[in-house]
Amino acid sequence: MSAATARLCTLWAGGVVALWLITLNFGALGAVAWRAEGFSALRGADWAAVRFTLVQALWSAVLSVLLAVPLARALARRQFTGRGVLITLMGAPFILPTLVAVLGLLAVFGRGGLVNQGLGVVGAGPVSIYGLHGVVLAHVFYNLPLATRILLQGWASIPAERFRLAASLGFSPWQMFRQLEWPMLRELVPGALLVIFLICLTSFAVALTLGGGPRATTVELAIYQAFRFDFDMGRAAMLAVIQFALCAGAALLAWRVSLPAGLAGGMDRPVQRYDLGRGWLDAALILLAAMFLLTPLGMIVARGVAQVPGLPVEVWQAAGRSLVVALGATGLTLVMTLALAQAVLALGGARGAALEALGLASLAASSLVIGTGLFLLLLPVTNPRDWALVVTMLVNAGMALPFALRLILPGLREVVATQGRLAEALGIHGWARLRIVTLPRLRRPLGFAAGLTAALSMGDLGVIMLFAEREGATLPMQLYRLMLAYRQDDAAGAAVLLLAASLALFWAFDRWGRGRAGA
Amino acid sequence: MRTAFFATVILAGAAQADTPVLTVLAPDYFGSSWGPGPAIKDGFEARCGCTLDFRTGEVLPRLMLEGARVGADAVIGLNTDMTLRARETGLFAPHGQDLGALTVPVEWEDEVFLPFNWGYAAWVYDKTRVENPPTSFAELLERDDLSLLWQDPRSSGSGLALLLWVDQLYGDEAGGVWQALQANTVTVTASWSEAYGLFSEGEADMVLSYTTSPAYHIVAEEDDSKAAAIFEEGHYFMAEVAGVLEGAAEPELARDFMAYILSEDFQSMIAYGNWSYPSALPRAEWPEVMRDLPFPETAIFLDEEAADARRMPALDLWLEGMTQ
Repeated sequence: MSAATARLCTLWAGGVVALWLITLNFGALGAVAWRAEGFSALRGADWAAVRFTLVQALWSAVLSVLLAVPLARALARRQFTGRGVLITLMGAPFILPTLVAVLGLLAVFGRGGLVNQGLGVVGAGPVSIYGLHGVVLAHVFYNLPLATRILLQGWASIPAERFRLAASLGFSPWQMFRQLEWPMLRELVPGALLVIFLICLTSFAVALTLGGGPRATTVELAIYQAFRFDFDMGRAAMLAVIQFALCAGAALLAWRVSLPAGLAGGMDRPVQRYDLGRGWLDAALILLAAMFLLTPLGMIVARGVAQVPGLPVEVWQAAGRSLVVALGATGLTLVMTLALAQAVLALGGARGAALEALGLASLAASSLVIGTGLFLLLLPVTNPRDWALVVTMLVNAGMALPFALRLILPGLREVVATQGRLAEALGIHGWARLRIVTLPRLRRPLGFAAGLTAALSMGDLGVIMLFAEREGATLPMQLYRLMLAYRQDDAAGAAVLLLAASLALFWAFDRWGRGRAGA
Repeated sequence: MRTAFFATVILAGAAQADTPVLTVLAPDYFGSSWGPGPAIKDGFEARCGCTLDFRTGEVLPRLMLEGARVGADAVIGLNTDMTLRARETGLFAPHGQDLGALTVPVEWEDEVFLPFNWGYAAWVYDKTRVENPPTSFAELLERDDLSLLWQDPRSSGSGLALLLWVDQLYGDEAGGVWQALQANTVTVTASWSEAYGLFSEGEADMVLSYTTSPAYHIVAEEDDSKAAAIFEEGHYFMAEVAGVLEGAAEPELARDFMAYILSEDFQSMIAYGNWSYPSALPRAEWPEVMRDLPFPETAIFLDEEAADARRMPALDLWLEGMTQ
């Protein structure tokens, strides 16, 4: 394959993915607006929702990343037994279905939770989790693992040779940070802030449940209410546009302050640090974070594990179905992300940046609008319900793509920057280049992205509710069915099953990605 | 070999074609083995010589999005707060049933929608935590020792029932009522599942649910610690209805299904199948546990037109009271 043909293929593949993303994010919205015959005006409460949405998302993003920096640094510097398992487990909150995560958090921070029991013992009054601080706490619980993992990847991407060189030059810990770690943070932190800000911007049930009432309405919830209460698709579409605008504004801001780090290549040796001071601070940090993230999980497991063997057979069948959807979505996400990322780099410049922005757009999309819009788009062509699982897979892939792109693009950029000229000189193009040069070096972010997608898809409840037929129920759907039927104990069991399945998927892919490097 | 295979397929197809299929659009909960779906399917198939096929999902959105293409003969499981919009789609035909058999506590003369079960909105509490439950809405507002969980009226049917309940009791004074409730509210959730889940985990003393909720705990869990507080002002009435679609491929069967809904066979399954009151069975014939539950004296109910007219003004008062 010649260099020109390879470039053409890359652009074509990227174009197809871009087209799907446009359909998903804008076509669906357009269909809803078209069906509603235009956008309708917003109500006063909608603007209050916009305000609350921005405030909570900003707090959540800043706190998550601020806490993640020392945590990721501590984890990156230290080697200890069980470190891999701990990192995997600490990633769990991010992949939990909302309802399960909230119940876990309440078991710790709720009225009858561990914290208040402890306070009761020492005679202090109960602390309420409900309010803006509760929403932010839940979002930090959710997103601290993601922020930590993004930054951990950053630390892992600093070649070991540089630390050795820095040590041989007699760098102090501060100089080490300033010269090696700061540029990496400068590149990654704006992106991490943006991703978490966008996730929190589209938050739905967490915000209302822990927010305490209508003061804590987010835009996504307002969209749901426009559908449910008024069946006003025009207002839903209008709110979705506003959500997009907020996200686009944030993205623009983050893009302006983000700087490429100007990396040079290394030999992929394990990192050895020469600036390790006293260990107790790192240890305390890791311990505190582990307690914060793992205690709620432990409570979920303790609540439901006894029920798992007795779960109705259709719950197990649904688990199988969710597994298939998750694996399908994972395959699609990886292929789509690689195609898009290659096209972004091949195009370069402003056009590349535009394509990259499109890849992040689904973070800003409302899954309700996407579901309804796709339903409307499919309706003239076919029976949308026959495609429930396929649509779920495709939508999940589209929704996970922003995360995957965020993880894979920096790695790919580095591969191109460090190995590109050599590959070019050797005439390795197209498929061969992907297989020999690119993929092996992307194994770590690929594995992480795959694990994330699989787990997110496993717990997703977004579009399936509108499409699914009786036989097509997924595990999260069954969990809700059990709750609706008062079967709280079985629901707790299903939650444990969901948690275990999501974690197992995440662990398996992530493990593969980390391979022998073991970091 | 191949011929034999095709013959089998054709024969199987012919056998299927002989049995008419009644397709009924239903909420998601009809799809689970522990819901009322399977018993209704068995019961109807035993008398109709047909196959009953439940197509589950979100009923109203599907009707509104798909219109005549929805491809079902009948619908079951719409709530009383959705009937106006469902009716306005123009997709429904008269159910053709005599309403004399109905035992619902409100006057029901609807020729399109037939109630198959009903219930009252109520504050459910845990007897081990609340020893003297309020006996009126007025008392609930005065008490400051009770923590409450309830649902947002903009996203939940039971939340909307509370909105209209307060509207009927307090009218323009509702703003102050919401302010008083807010003071004791732990949180307002998007849907019933979340609020009831939090209540089960001990997050609050009382949860907005139904007078029938305790029956589940008594029958299925042998736990009689849950009870509904009965208020002397009365309780808001909610029903779930069924209807026949105008474009039904099997209109006869669809009407037979409506008749089946009013039959004793169907009605006697509702109490424990759906944890709610049967719509056409005298209270004396309800299962014992359901019959023995404390029962409100007065039903408060707005028909769909009146409810629609009160919805927005009541919501404005709610938002005002809750965000002060």
